[in-house]
Formats: sequence, structure tokens, C-alpha cells
Amino acid sequence: MSNAEHHEGTRRDFLYYATAGAGAVATGAAVWPLVNQMNPSADVLALSSIRVDVSGVSEGSQITVKWLGKPVFIRRRTAEEIEEARSVDISDLVDPIARNANIDGSAEATDENRALDETGEWLVQMGVCTHLGCVPLGNAGDYALDGGVGGWFCPCHGSHYDTSGRIRKGPAPENLPVPPAEFVDETTILLG
Amino acid sequence: MSGIPHDHYEPSTGGEKWLHKRLPIVGLMYDTLMIPTPKNLNWMWIWGIVLTFCLALQIITGIVLVMHYTPHVDLAFGSIEHIMRNVNGGAMLRYLHMNGASLFFIAVYAHIFRGLYYGSYKAPREITWIIGMLIYLLMMGTAFMGYVLPWGQMSFWGATVITGLFGAIPFIGESIQTWLLGGPAVDNATLNRFFSLHYLLPFVIAGLVIVHIWAFHTTGNNNPTGVEVRRTSKADAEKDTLPFWPYFVIKDLFALAVILVVFFAVVGFMPNYLGHPDNYIEANPLVTPAHIVPEWYFLPFYAILRAFDSEVWVVIAANFLTGGIVDAKFFGVLAMFGAIIVMALVPWLDTSSVRSGRYRPMFKWWFWLFVVNFFVLMWVGAMPAEGIYPYIALLGSTYWFAYFLVILPLLGVLEKPLPQPDTIEDDFKAHYGKSSTNDGAAAATPAE
Repeated sequence: MSNAEHHEGTRRDFLYYATAGAGAVATGAAVWPLVNQMNPSADVLALSSIRVDVSGVSEGSQITVKWLGKPVFIRRRTAEEIEEARSVDISDLVDPIARNANIDGSAEATDENRALDETGEWLVQMGVCTHLGCVPLGNAGDYALDGGVGGWFCPCHGSHYDTSGRIRKGPAPENLPVPPAEFVDETTILLG
Repeated sequence: MSGIPHDHYEPSTGGEKWLHKRLPIVGLMYDTLMIPTPKNLNWMWIWGIVLTFCLALQIITGIVLVMHYTPHVDLAFGSIEHIMRNVNGGAMLRYLHMNGASLFFIAVYAHIFRGLYYGSYKAPREITWIIGMLIYLLMMGTAFMGYVLPWGQMSFWGATVITGLFGAIPFIGESIQTWLLGGPAVDNATLNRFFSLHYLLPFVIAGLVIVHIWAFHTTGNNNPTGVEVRRTSKADAEKDTLPFWPYFVIKDLFALAVILVVFFAVVGFMPNYLGHPDNYIEANPLVTPAHIVPEWYFLPFYAILRAFDSEVWVVIAANFLTGGIVDAKFFGVLAMFGAIIVMALVPWLDTSSVRSGRYRPMFKWWFWLFVVNFFVLMWVGAMPAEGIYPYIALLGSTYWFAYFLVILPLLGVLEKPLPQPDTIEDDFKAHYGKSSTNDGAAAATPAE
């Protein structure tokens, strides 16, 4: 009756573990499609690259375009904004990393590392607060220049971003991310 | 059947006996309805019926609303207006469903506070409490997803903020968030899955409600004295209890009628009082409303979420100790869910052997401070996160955790409780004067 002396394990033990193992694998295989169907579908993934005409954007103004369902801020900055952004000491920043998808992931958050071009005139960044995803307001917050030029402020939980889109104050942990972007000709930016 | 000794169903006619042998469903209903219930239950024991009513109301109005609603980003907002303007009685049905959610949460908070004051969570009712907490969590999930369906500005941005909480989880957060949303942002895929789950979860809640009732029918109801019904014999049990039907059913239905008078006044005359005007603007992914506020029933937890910013020392310490893995954002999320988890664990955190707060002189003060604090958090959660408000939120959040993690464990050791009555019957007599008879006749007070 007892199998106590069969230390090797019996044929029945083997069948028990084999059945349980096969059952576990089959359950996993059945559940995975049910989980995976919730991931982004092919049509959603297909919208991952767009071209934006920026010929109409004058200095000191900004446009917002929708890319991957989220807003992207494309700002043509004034000389004062650039100067202000480049005068900040890195050690004063909450997040010292550039968060620029076009360069190395550990690059410092200098304004040069965030702007799209050499002169720093164009700043392209996601219009999504890194706290909980609201759209920050432009030309607002404690880090806007006098007269309310440049800087961003998220009205949801009070995050302040400077003229380079770097987090300076409030609950957001990271700088506004710079998406993959490049000039494909004089007046067209390719996002994605 | 376990539980308090009482009479059971005896099938009498041939047909009843035939059915009872094959499916004892009448017996189950009889035992459920005739359950011996402590006869000293006060008006705070009515919320269970109100909650059951709310669940039924939400399921019924929800099912008919679905007959006219379209879950698509281009059509959802319009289909809600279609319900409001074209569908026969549509505005009333939608307002009932909207305000029904509020009544549901008023009732559940009253029910939870009742449990916290009278120690209903203590042994042997821990399972009832845990199931109740699960129901509460599912209610919050269901309400949140339901609020997204009209596809207004608050729907969209509320969904963005709340699903953003999952993005705060270190390493895997972003993948989880994308998986939940079905894309990089809240969009049609999100709306469709929320619709599916909003329809499903109420039925899961209904299943858990049955288990909740099963659990406390096994342990018996708690009561304002916290003293257990005597189970030594059926005669003793009958001195402490009355059958649920008709005594408590009539009492509960009377309370429900009074509550529904107020409810229908709100639904009829001020149906949008608890809502936000922004939700009558169609969702726009490029514009955030100036002030995103969740529905009132989420405000205390929203305040806790926002209270912990990167300047609070515990956040700085957590950030340092985990090497930056736990940042301010993730800490806020942990605090918000933690606030509910500590409440769920209260059966093991409260060390006092006295069940009812009525006999705990020190506990009373801390408890009422907890209730006041709940409303302070609710108020501060609706305020913008600037000026003095974050400090009040931080103070309130600290008290929330201190209540469960410090005060309740210590009170059990420090407090000298008042004497408790020996039996429910003694307490009942003390309140109602003349000696009561042994059974249900106790309620039949002669008219003067």
C-alpha cells in the first residue's frame, strides 16, 4: 500500500508530474494570446512616422502636432530663450539626463543636447508631462522669461519646465523627452 | 449549515419534498432570509441593503444604456448626447446611472466606517472584511472605467492620468501602460477594452457580494456592542436575535426609502451637481483641461497620490535607499495603493481585544479624527497642487498611515477599555427598559 520505501519515485509520480507540467504549459499557451491581444494592434503601430511642415512657424512661436496619439511641441525659440537655456548649470537640474532619443541615452541635459539644430533655434519635444501625462501649457510657469515667453507649466500637478523643456520644479521626475526627429529639408521635420 | 442555532426549513407538501430532495434551493433561501440577526443593530447597519440596491440599479440601468451607446472615439460622445436627447427616458436613465455611482460610494464609505468603528473586521470576520475590500477595489475600477466611456475631456484626461500611474512602475511600467492602453496613448483601443471590462466587473462584484454575505452569515453579524450572539443553545440565541425577515428587512427598506427620496431629488433637480462641466466637452488629446479632478469618491486617494513630491524627506530617503528606483512618482503610486492595503490589513493591525469602539474611550477620538481626516483629504484632493494644499495633503496622508500602522497597534496595549455587557440581551434591556420576552415578540411594543 505505501510507497514509502520507493525513494526513486514511482511510475505514478512521474505521470502525476508530467500531467501537471503539461497542464501548466497548456494553460500558459492558452492565456498568452488573451493577454497579448491587448498590446498595440498593427494599424496603431503603423502610424509611427510622420512629416511636419514647419515653414509657417515664426520665431517665438510653437506648434503642436499629434504623433502616436500624443502631442509633440515644435518650438522656434527666440535668442533670449536659447541664452537662458544655455546659461543653466547642469547641477541645478532635477534630471541631469538629456532624454533625447536622437543621441546617446546617458548624455547630459545641456541645451545643446536637447535642441534639434546647432543654433538651438528649434526645440522638438513630447508635449506630455513626465509626471502623469497631461499636456503642459506653453509660455507659462516659474521658468518662463519675463513677459511669459518660453517655459512650460503642467496644470495638473504643478510641474514647471524651463525654456529647454527640462523639469525644474514640481512632481515630474524627468525632462520632457525629445522624440526621434530630423530635418529632411529646409522646412520639413520627420518625426519617428 | 454552521452559524447561530435556529430553525431550518422543513418541506411540508409532497411537491416541496420532491424539490428539496433534488435541489434544496427553498431551504437555502429560507435559511438566508430567516438568519438570526442581533436585535440591537442600529441605523448604521442599513448600508448593506443600500449597497445591494445600488448594484442592482447600476446593472439594470447600465444594461439598457448599452443598448444606445457606441464605444468608438468618433461616436461615443455623440451617442451619449443621443441618449440624453433622443432616447425615450434616456436622460433619466443616464442620470440615474451617473448619480447611482455616487450613492454607491456614499453607501460603501458609510459601510466601511461602520465596520471600522464597531470592529467588524476583527476575528472571526477577517474574510468578510477582505472580500469587502476586494469589492471596494473592483468598484473603484468599474467606476473609473465607466467614467471614461462618455469620452469627454475629464474622461480622456482622467484615463491618461490614472493609466499613467502604471507607467511609474520601475523598469516594466511603460510596457504595462502600453499594454493596458493598447497603444502609446489613450485611444480607441482603450475605450473599447474599458467598455468591455465596465460591463464585466459588476457581475464579478455580484459574485463577491454573495461570498461576502455567505462569510458573515457563517460568523453572524457583528453588532454595536461587539459582543457575540450566544450559541450555547437555540433558546439563548433567540434572546439575542430576531430573524432577518421581517424585522430587519422592513427596517432596512424604510431606511432605503428615505435615502431614495434624497437620491431622486438629486437625480431630478441637480443631476450634474457631482459631475464636472469639462466632461461635456468632447475629448481632445491635444488640450488638457486647466484642472483635472477625479470624481469626488476618488479625491482622498488622489490627495494621497499627490502629497508625496520629491521634496518630502521620506521620498528622498526612499529614493536614496533604493538607488533611485523609487522616485517621487512611484512613491506617490505606492502610497495611494498602500493606503487601501493598510486598511485591508486592519484585522491584523488592530491589537485590541475589544471589538466595538463604544467601549474604547481613547480609540473613539482617533477614529473620529480619522473620519474628519478623510473629508479633509477629500477637500484637499479637489484643490490645485500649490500653496498650502500640498502640506495639508501630506499631513492628512501621514495621519492615514499613522492610524493603521501606529495608533491601532499601540491602542490595544495602552488603552483601558470600558466594561462590556455580558450579552446582547443585557445591552438591549439597558436601552429599552422593561425586560424583553424571549423571542420575536420583543419588537411588538404595545401602542400607548
